[in-house]
Amino acid sequence: MANRKLRIMVAKPGLDGHDRGARVLARCFRDAGYETIYTGCHQTPEQIAAAAIQEDIDCVGLSCMSGAHKYLFPECVRQIRALGGDDIQIIGGGIIPKGDYQLLYDAGLKGIFTPGITLDDIVKWINENIVPNVKE
Amino acid sequence: MEITKKVRGGDVRAASRLIRNLEDRIPLAKDSIKHIFPHTGKAHVIGFTGSPGAGKSTMIDCLVAELRKRNKTVGVLLVDPTSPFTGGAILGDRIRMQRHATDPGVFVRSLATRGALGGLAKAVGDAIHVMDAMGKDFVIVETVGTGQQEVDIINHAHTVVVVLVPGMGDEIQAIKAGILEIADIFVINKADREGAGKLYRELVYMLSMVDKFPGGWKPPIIRAENIFAMDSFQRSLDEMTNTIDQHYQNLIEKGLLGDRIRRKAVLELNEALLSAILDPILTKLVESGEMKEMTDKLLKKETDPYTLAEGVASKYLVMPDV
Ligand SMILES: Nc1nc2c(ncn2[C@@H]2O[C@H](COP(=O)(O)OP(=O)(O)O)[C@@H](O)[C@H]2O)c(=O)[nH]1
Ligand SMILES: [Mg+2]
Repeated sequence: MANRKLRIMVAKPGLDGHDRGARVLARCFRDAGYETIYTGCHQTPEQIAAAAIQEDIDCVGLSCMSGAHKYLFPECVRQIRALGGDDIQIIGGGIIPKGDYQLLYDAGLKGIFTPGITLDDIVKWINENIVPNVKE
Repeated sequence: MEITKKVRGGDVRAASRLIRNLEDRIPLAKDSIKHIFPHTGKAHVIGFTGSPGAGKSTMIDCLVAELRKRNKTVGVLLVDPTSPFTGGAILGDRIRMQRHATDPGVFVRSLATRGALGGLAKAVGDAIHVMDAMGKDFVIVETVGTGQQEVDIINHAHTVVVVLVPGMGDEIQAIKAGILEIADIFVINKADREGAGKLYRELVYMLSMVDKFPGGWKPPIIRAENIFAMDSFQRSLDEMTNTIDQHYQNLIEKGLLGDRIRRKAVLELNEALLSAILDPILTKLVESGEMKEMTDKLLKKETDPYTLAEGVASKYLVMPDV
């Protein structure tokens, strides 16, 4: 019988190579029942966008610890939209100062998560805000 | 149909969405497959199987690079297990081939098993059709790799590559459990490691016990040097790619390709029959409450599953007189 599953991607744009957090997040998403694609570190926005389209992702979670989120996150949104991913939701996490929030929301990010927010909170937010993109 | 046209035109977004609808078993997606089916049968389908960590994903990444050098287009299907506890999955094979992400000649799609046994996802057969209809020259499938029951791949692939590594201990065990029968090509990966010679000799010995191979194809054993030493590895990669080609040519020359395709056809027909006949009945049983009633009776030991099934069959299946 028909059965919809949420497909989510965890991606690390940019140069920082610490992906422990991203891996923990991926496991947490699996435990929440999502099909979770992890693409590894050092991804360009072009690679992230292409992967999101090829995998038919509902929600891309970007993680960036290097401080380059102000450039990288909006660029990822732009590339995903350029490839036709209009219905893909994009959220971001990392060390993001409050002052940057508005810029990121304006760029199209749907949610921002910073250290201190628990994994449970993230899953709860996703369950409330993201639905599988597919109609029939 | 709009979607069929898009898929045949190579539209990745449309194709991936269709694959998803097939995974989710959306009735409309079945209709799309009906339209796509006549345009399939051109791609060479290659399966990669072997224990987790053997190097399947890394090997596929290199094969994709080599096929692209030869101007071929490639679709890749990567299967990883669904957690039986949560229904979620981590699909991590893609990490190894992200360098191809922006190459329009490569389409990589991950699939979760969603409870299917046998090392593949249920939708894999249809996903192969979709990539085939997109015009990909090659479709490569990576199985889950749990070792023992990875035999479903022979129903889908024209060429099955079994990746082994020395020193995992369970290899020969896996070979005994049926991997030997499904392999068209063996690759000993990480052949720079200790134990590679022993593994090679054991394989040769086991193959020597077989007195007849279909089409006269005795599975070649390729020793792949360390993938990270690119110079020596390139030789292994050339050898592997050429051997995969030769295997396909041999299937064609010996008239055996038809057998493989027939195997898949029989399987697909079986599954289509099963769902066409069973799905509506199951829906009815659940909706009418009969399913619950029957289960209750079973629990009280008032009857047995066989009697119940016969009852359902005689009630819902009208057989024409024969
Ligand atoms: N030393 C060495 N490591 C390898 C080789 N091939 C793959 N690996 C590593 O083995 C690990 C598992 O590889 P992967 O391709 O994911 O295996 P899979 O589970 O069979 O798909 C990775 O860390 C690879 O980097 C090789 O030829 N030599
Ligand atoms: Mg793998």
